[in-house]
Amino acid sequence: MLRLAPVLIVTLLVGPILAGLAMAVLPAFGYLPALGGTGFGLEPWRDLFSQPGLARSVTVSFASGLFTTAVSLSVVLLFLAGASGSRLDRWILRMVSPLLSIPHAAAAFGLAFLIAPSGLLSRLISPGLTGWERPPDALTVQDPWGLSLMAGLIVKEIPFLLLMSLAALPQLDPDRRVAMARSLGYRPAIAWLKVVAPALYPLIRLPVYAVIAYATSVVDVALILGPTLPPTLGVSILTWFNDPDLSRRFMASAGAVLQLGVTASALVAWWCVERLAARLGRGWIDRGGRRQGESSLRLAGQGLILVACLTAFVGLGALALNSMAGFWRFPDALPQGFTTIHWMRALPSLTGPVASTAVIAVISTSIALALVLAALENEQRTRRHPTRGRLFSALGLLYLPLIVPQIAFLSGLVVVMESLGGRPRLGLVVFGHLLFVLPYVFLSLSEAYRRLDPRWSQLALTLGTSRHAAFWRMRLPMLLAPILTAMAVGLAVSVGQYLPTQLLGAGRVSTVTTEAVALASGGNRRVIGVWALVQAGLPLLGFIIAVGLPRLIWSRRRGMRGAS
Amino acid sequence: MTQHHLEIDDLRITLEDAPLLELDAHIGPGEVLAVMGPSGSGKSTLLAWLAGFLTPDFQASGRILLDGRDITLLPAERRGIGLLFQDPLLFPHLSVAGNLRFGIPRAIPDKLERAEAALKQVGLSGFGHRDPATLSGGQKARVALMRLLLSEPRAVLLDEPFSRLDIHLRQEMRQLVFDRLYEAGLPSLLVTHDREDAEAAGGPIIDLTGQ
Repeated sequence: MLRLAPVLIVTLLVGPILAGLAMAVLPAFGYLPALGGTGFGLEPWRDLFSQPGLARSVTVSFASGLFTTAVSLSVVLLFLAGASGSRLDRWILRMVSPLLSIPHAAAAFGLAFLIAPSGLLSRLISPGLTGWERPPDALTVQDPWGLSLMAGLIVKEIPFLLLMSLAALPQLDPDRRVAMARSLGYRPAIAWLKVVAPALYPLIRLPVYAVIAYATSVVDVALILGPTLPPTLGVSILTWFNDPDLSRRFMASAGAVLQLGVTASALVAWWCVERLAARLGRGWIDRGGRRQGESSLRLAGQGLILVACLTAFVGLGALALNSMAGFWRFPDALPQGFTTIHWMRALPSLTGPVASTAVIAVISTSIALALVLAALENEQRTRRHPTRGRLFSALGLLYLPLIVPQIAFLSGLVVVMESLGGRPRLGLVVFGHLLFVLPYVFLSLSEAYRRLDPRWSQLALTLGTSRHAAFWRMRLPMLLAPILTAMAVGLAVSVGQYLPTQLLGAGRVSTVTTEAVALASGGNRRVIGVWALVQAGLPLLGFIIAVGLPRLIWSRRRGMRGAS
Repeated sequence: MTQHHLEIDDLRITLEDAPLLELDAHIGPGEVLAVMGPSGSGKSTLLAWLAGFLTPDFQASGRILLDGRDITLLPAERRGIGLLFQDPLLFPHLSVAGNLRFGIPRAIPDKLERAEAALKQVGLSGFGHRDPATLSGGQKARVALMRLLLSEPRAVLLDEPFSRLDIHLRQEMRQLVFDRLYEAGLPSLLVTHDREDAEAAGGPIIDLTGQ
């Protein structure tokens, strides 16, 4: 049973993606018997390329992917290089983990409320600095170049890459490396960039690629912050796919294949940049500079990450402010009064979506956790450790749902399900979420699971305990904290899913995320504030339990504190 | 008291075709065979083979006979061989009594009383509900020993169990461990790099240096 777990996981992840991709490729060339497409042809592509603004859509998608990743990665590396364990550094690190749990959509709304012409920022500096008595006529949100889209993504990808780096760093023993370089006269931040960063990058390569794939194809954030005429490629595909005119499905499929190509070329372009950076970096290391730029590097690292974190948190504050604002004239910094009426009005319509969000998240996370525990336990028993860091390993397959653009294979998967006559919508949505929850639960739990001192299980076995009992009585309780954290990560990932819910639920399963994103076009800030806050709050609940429960349970076990 | 025998029959361990270790031994009830040698001499490999944790990098031939029964191919949990580690390794999520109960075979009733009696034997009466993290080094070591004995092994492996203790405690623990093992009639194999430990065991000594 246990031995089947890894196979099951890989089948579960790879099967639907391949099926989905196949059913995107076939209609893209005119073949979809259900809609009368029985022959092959290039008609869908001709339709696609005659769409106005397609080139612009593609350019924005491609560029935002590369730019977002480059900025996020640079900020993370600079911060880690300059981090010296000071109080500010520790504070930043504590702020970052909850940031990761905030769904992309909520963070995007927060940013929009901050930088919109009538947003919090412009109110704070008006009319004193600007003289504005009414909101300026400027497209700061949904700008045609996708700058606000990129900013919204960067705010969320920095915590992701930072936590991925922090998870990978211990195996590099960075303190010793830096100490060695410092004894040769290098200043600390320069030392870190020269002796730790080159070893760290290969370990976080897959997460970086996941960021590129995500940023080139994201739909929910693009609906909120992205350009509109034309929108990004991902958003266009969704629009065509949901068009009442079913014949547009062919063009949508061609678009999905194009999206695949855009993401793939962004990955290839990044790979070239990687080579170039490696070559330049080697030259920089070889020249042996030890001090130049130390303080500016430090300053940049801390300053940039601080801006990103503050943006996210102040954005949340803006959501809260809006959700309780009474009459709020521009350019007043604060509303004239506060009211709970928006919450009261939203409450009846919140319960349904909150319940279905919770049900979907709990079921998909539980299934994912069971599979991941089975796979990891199997790995321990067979003493087979998958190769790490390599692109095409078992672990690489885990990243498949994160690297293949969602919109490309999910739209195909819908076609597969429709042709199979798949009815159970909620079940289908749970399954769709599982594809994305599973990798994150695995990534979050595997390190802690593998790092547990092997002597504990040897001890349990030599005491005559069966492997089965050792798992339940020793490993599970000892790993309670990391397991709960992995669950919280799983719940957060599920809560934040937009596209799988929307597509596999055929628009009939509404979660807080689909509802909140749907409100984006309406522009009612009070209502959006309520929904986005609820969306941000649900995952946080999971993390509070994950942090609090072990402390409660192990309050009388000193050895279990800080054991995660 | 039942009398147990441990036999190591024609053991030969190689690592990538390079011979590492050869051993033939018979350990009688209450006897402690001390195996000495510097690090890299194959001491830990010997223990891993006996306990059933040898990694596939090593090739081993030979048999382990416990009371005349061949246990070479049995999994670790069914060999009946207990292991005392360098560190006490008390499970941090269990109380002291919980640690003792963890080792008691399932079929045995009145586990609670047994655990309490065991604590009394080593002067730790009333410590059952304590968090193991609050115990001193010597107390932890005693609990670890009693946990091992309560699991009713038929032979015991000692992996440098005294090396982390200070000199004073070391004398005391040696005495306690060897006395208990003798009383229980258990054949034991002690692995150490400390000649004093080996001599205190009072049994035959095998030196792996230069093998």
